[in-house]
Amino acid sequence: MQKFKSNQKLYIGAFITGIMLLLALTGTVFTPYDPNAMDTTAKFGSISLKHIMGCDNFGRDIFSRVLAGLSTTMSVAMGTVLIGIFFGTLIGAFTGYFGGMPDEILMRINDAVLAFPSLLLALVFISIMGPGKFNVTIALGILFIPGFARIMRGEFLRCKNLDYVQSARLMGASDLRIMFVHILPNTLQVMLSTVAIGFNNAVLAEAGMSFLGIGVQPPDSSLGRMLSEAQTYLFIKPGYAIVTGMTIALLILGFAMLSEGLEKNA
Amino acid sequence: MRKRLLLILTVLLTLTIALGGCSGRKAGDSSKIVVGIPQDLEDSLDPHKATAAGTREVLFNVYEGLLKPDENGDLIPAVAKEYEVSDDGFTYKFILREGVKFHDGTPVTAEDVKYSLEKSAGMTGEETLIAAFSNIKEVNIVSDSEVDVVLKENDVDFPAYAASVNASIIPKANTASDTNPIGTGPYKYVSRSPQENIIMESFDDYWGEKASIKNLEFKIESGDSMIMDLKGGSIDMCARISATQIAQLGDGFDIHEGSMNLVQALYLNNKVKPFDDVRVRQAMCYATDTQEILDLAFEGYGSPIGSQMFPSFGKYYMPELENKYPVDVEKAKKLLADAGYPDGFDMTITVPSNYIPHVDTAQVLVEQLKKVGIKATIDQVEWNTWLSDVYTGRKFESTVIGVDASSLTADALLGRFYSSADNNFTNYSNPEYDKLYEESRKTLDDDKRTELYKQMETLLAEDAANVYIQDMAEFVPMNKKFEGYTFYPLYVQDIAKIKIKE
Repeated sequence: MQKFKSNQKLYIGAFITGIMLLLALTGTVFTPYDPNAMDTTAKFGSISLKHIMGCDNFGRDIFSRVLAGLSTTMSVAMGTVLIGIFFGTLIGAFTGYFGGMPDEILMRINDAVLAFPSLLLALVFISIMGPGKFNVTIALGILFIPGFARIMRGEFLRCKNLDYVQSARLMGASDLRIMFVHILPNTLQVMLSTVAIGFNNAVLAEAGMSFLGIGVQPPDSSLGRMLSEAQTYLFIKPGYAIVTGMTIALLILGFAMLSEGLEKNA
Repeated sequence: MRKRLLLILTVLLTLTIALGGCSGRKAGDSSKIVVGIPQDLEDSLDPHKATAAGTREVLFNVYEGLLKPDENGDLIPAVAKEYEVSDDGFTYKFILREGVKFHDGTPVTAEDVKYSLEKSAGMTGEETLIAAFSNIKEVNIVSDSEVDVVLKENDVDFPAYAASVNASIIPKANTASDTNPIGTGPYKYVSRSPQENIIMESFDDYWGEKASIKNLEFKIESGDSMIMDLKGGSIDMCARISATQIAQLGDGFDIHEGSMNLVQALYLNNKVKPFDDVRVRQAMCYATDTQEILDLAFEGYGSPIGSQMFPSFGKYYMPELENKYPVDVEKAKKLLADAGYPDGFDMTITVPSNYIPHVDTAQVLVEQLKKVGIKATIDQVEWNTWLSDVYTGRKFESTVIGVDASSLTADALLGRFYSSADNNFTNYSNPEYDKLYEESRKTLDDDKRTELYKQMETLLAEDAANVYIQDMAEFVPMNKKFEGYTFYPLYVQDIAKIKIKE
């Protein structure tokens, strides 16, 4: 029974995420209109067959912008998570497996970074490197490293004295081999759900930064930027904010359910 | 334990509601007006130290200079009744008006005027905010009602500077003008709560037409909540609201439409490639469709301009320049090809992110420039970064911003294109322009000067120094109870002219 329930979450999550991924992929190659093309006659155009989500304050097709924005947001989030999990796993593996002084030092640095509000740190990075999609990905990626590192360190700490590791060591396997061939696959379960949660946080962080105007630069669309623009026209065109907000909500919901499903499936 | 907690919570809740009610305005208090302003007066209440335009627009109600501007952009006498210029143009004799009193009841003396002018000119050791006042050689008291100002060099614009808020007359006896402002204006200062409000009261002994509304409160509100507060009734009016915000306001307000008196343009760094080529700049002008910008980003409001001058300066404004560069994509492409960029080029538009109208304009520009092959990207920066990097540091390719006039002179707008001017942030340089400008500084005859200014404007347009866009429209929503809002060609709010409708 328990198994079935968790699977249900997994399936729904996978379904929503799948659709979102599909839409985002579509957004990179095809949109019904040029997402940046403006049209005076279509300013605040309402929902019609031509524009299924209506038009924004510049007469741009909102559906095209949602598609393009979705792919921007998702690519930023994926880049962020990739950077975070790659370096996080490396740091976590070495500190967790070897321990000792380097572990102490790295983990205290980790604590120091975690002690800052992440948005504040991101702001500092952006003010040094300048805004833009690429820089945002790097800044957020760096910020995600400590969190991942801590979780992966815990996993390596847990595994390093287990029997199979001991026997591998007795057979003369090198430390690196034990770390990445023997232990790493056993942390996959935790890693996957961490990645799913991390992905959610990355989507929200990108949306937040673009909302504040330091993320993706106009006229390029991202879900956060669109929400920020829609806010100005909340009374005139509430649909704009609703459509954009819903897309973010669905994206998050899909991944949240997916990660929960993965966790329970363990 | 739980009961006690509940009790405490109930008391707190009641208090919150009851005390919250205290902050609200009593209904029916008709002789009071609350004006919403977007920022606190943090620089100084001393008129000679007020750097922010937002501070000066409030202090305009408290202080007056020897002269003051009127709504048409002319100078009218204030503390001085009249003034005479010596034949050589070096000495200005101001004759003081009789019976002008400060808010503390003491009469204005020649001694106060000398003190104020010297203080605002930086002769007492403080920094001056009016660069042109460094031209004052000495201030002499001739008699109880006459003061002579002697200049080092001729300057026909001197009276315009003397009418600025930064040159206000204040009492010599007041040593705490930073926190306790005393002036001669129609409203006198009562109190200030930081980040909350500034309260004023009409001055009964004012020499001119007294303010109609007794109590005045400037309330500090963040830009986003201004519309909500207007709707909710906690403020009666506020200035510089965008057309989009107005559309959300609904009934119950009189909307006054004016202009911001800004020259909004895509300012180009004339020293940086490819903008050092006049053909490139002209091509960009041909590529820009001002009307489309107005329609898309400004709900169709705003007046297109063609040079560094806005329509409120009627005498100097040249409407014929508005259509100097009609939209012509083919011509733009040809000019670009001639300049060696047949496929266009990449460029960056730096925009301060706190000014949404400028960001929106930049977005439309990106699309328009794309049509002639120019690939522009927007770089949003914080206001302080913009000031240091773009305005002061001149490290930019192009920027969308509005430039205002700090005083009622054409010089305030055109002076910045003189090659070696400190504020020439676009690095414009044209020997012909420099010659015209130097000549204008020397010319005393008003008609001749106007002619020179017009030649300078034409030159800026022909050189396509920048892609001139518009003087932005501003809207002032005011509660229907009131009437008499007056627009000035300067950044001020004149509350004394507002009346309650009969």
